Amino acid sequence: MLNIESKENQPDLIEGMTKSFSRRKFLGVIGAGSALVVVAASCKKTNLGNNNGGVDLGSGDVGVLNYAYALEQLEAAFYTQVVASPYSQISDMEKAYMTDIRDHEIAHREFFKAALGSKAIQALEVNFSAIDFTSRSSVLGTAKAFEDLGVSAYNGAGKLLVNPDYLTIAGKIVSVEARHAAWVRDAITPGSFADMSAVNAMGLDMERKPDDVLAIASAFLKTKINASNLPTS
Amino acid sequence: MNLQNILTEIEKTDPEVYDRLDTRRNAMKSFAKTSGKIALAALPFALGSMFQKAYASPTAPTDLILDTLNFALTLEYLEANFYIKAVASGIIPTGDALTSLTVIRDHENEHVNFLKTAITAAGGTPVSFTANSFDFTAKGTFPNVFSDYGTLLAVAQTFEDTGVRAYKGQAPNLISNNDYLTAALQIHSVEARHAAHLREMRKMANLLVPSGVDVKPWITLNQSGIGTSAVQASYNGEENVTQAGVMITNIGGKNISAAAASEAFDEPLSKDQITAIVTPFFA
Repeated sequence: MLNIESKENQPDLIEGMTKSFSRRKFLGVIGAGSALVVVAASCKKTNLGNNNGGVDLGSGDVGVLNYAYALEQLEAAFYTQVVASPYSQISDMEKAYMTDIRDHEIAHREFFKAALGSKAIQALEVNFSAIDFTSRSSVLGTAKAFEDLGVSAYNGAGKLLVNPDYLTIAGKIVSVEARHAAWVRDAITPGSFADMSAVNAMGLDMERKPDDVLAIASAFLKTKINASNLPTS
Repeated sequence: MNLQNILTEIEKTDPEVYDRLDTRRNAMKSFAKTSGKIALAALPFALGSMFQKAYASPTAPTDLILDTLNFALTLEYLEANFYIKAVASGIIPTGDALTSLTVIRDHENEHVNFLKTAITAAGGTPVSFTANSFDFTAKGTFPNVFSDYGTLLAVAQTFEDTGVRAYKGQAPNLISNNDYLTAALQIHSVEARHAAHLREMRKMANLLVPSGVDVKPWITLNQSGIGTSAVQASYNGEENVTQAGVMITNIGGKNISAAAASEAFDEPLSKDQITAIVTPFFA
């Protein structure tokens, strides 16, 4: 069994990967690096108030990976409770799929925990008081919100990453979240897997900034998150 | 986003910006002229293009980005033309099935248009294909693709699962440009939504092969649920359970099966691998 808490057994992947591909080096390979940074700065919106204490996600790629880790913690906790106390008259197939999704989210959560090593944020405390776990519509409605939110979060976070290996990892996860989202949506309303509330008129899925994602997710978290050190472009 | 602010900001760090851009006045004029011709949504791309021209250097990754976008456009043409014929085939049951395939067709057409606009705005030339460019029997492998509903959905599922792997594999090529990268990711997850729905459609219509195999919205190991080895290259590698050196099966002492570990992460394919998969579908 892999002991992810022990640095001897689990070398710190972030440290290793960051060394091999620094931000400075990355910016150096872009001809118009300075112009791109300025363009991004000109677009910067004001922080929506995630910088008043709370658990600091950190900066750079580590911060972005901790941001993903936070969201995966939230999803894993939700599905763990869904499977532990299923809503009334849950079908066999829905229970099987909820169990699959729980396992996927736990796998994502544990992956980030292992990959971040000593840089991982703490375990977050959730607040599910607004969810009626006995009600199919409450559970599926929350699942849909979480999955669509997760997809938009990863889509918006890709550009914040510097290391292309992390981008690939995020890509490996986001399409699975999109598969979840599609199924949950179809379970609520058949054929709504990619309707106009998910996909815009150009055929593009949603993307959200961390501040906007955390503003939504924070309603389900007791632990405060501080995203003020995350990269903005 | 305000172009004047951007130019002012750049002026601070690069006093010669107007030499590069001709003059501020001409830059604004040329930008206004260009932006009048293109959709509002493509504005960030047009802006990116203006600066790419101004700051072009031998190491600028523009060619890689344009090649990548044209590769994506090629795949979108393939999918769009497939669904145009599929929806018109008359063999898709009316109701939810036909509605869903129509939604997917429309998305693929939107992707074609979006990428064409983006490539043009970036100063590139979009590749072009017509209905006659494709052979959806894949040189006879799927002779009944538009006369047998099961075959049609099997090919559709393969296209979507393959498309997801293609975008995933190409994303790192776009990492130097936030706008293109984000747009590609926004298409990538739509393809995954399509794939999930098509997989479930095949399951609900009892079209999985061989009998007894289970197909879910997510990919279990390297199973396709499609009764021909011709599609296997689109699924090989999906059985991976090690991510960035971390074993996912039973990770952290949690009871995670190899099947669940493989489902939890979709896997990329390289441009060469994707090209080999789709080549039979080009006439």
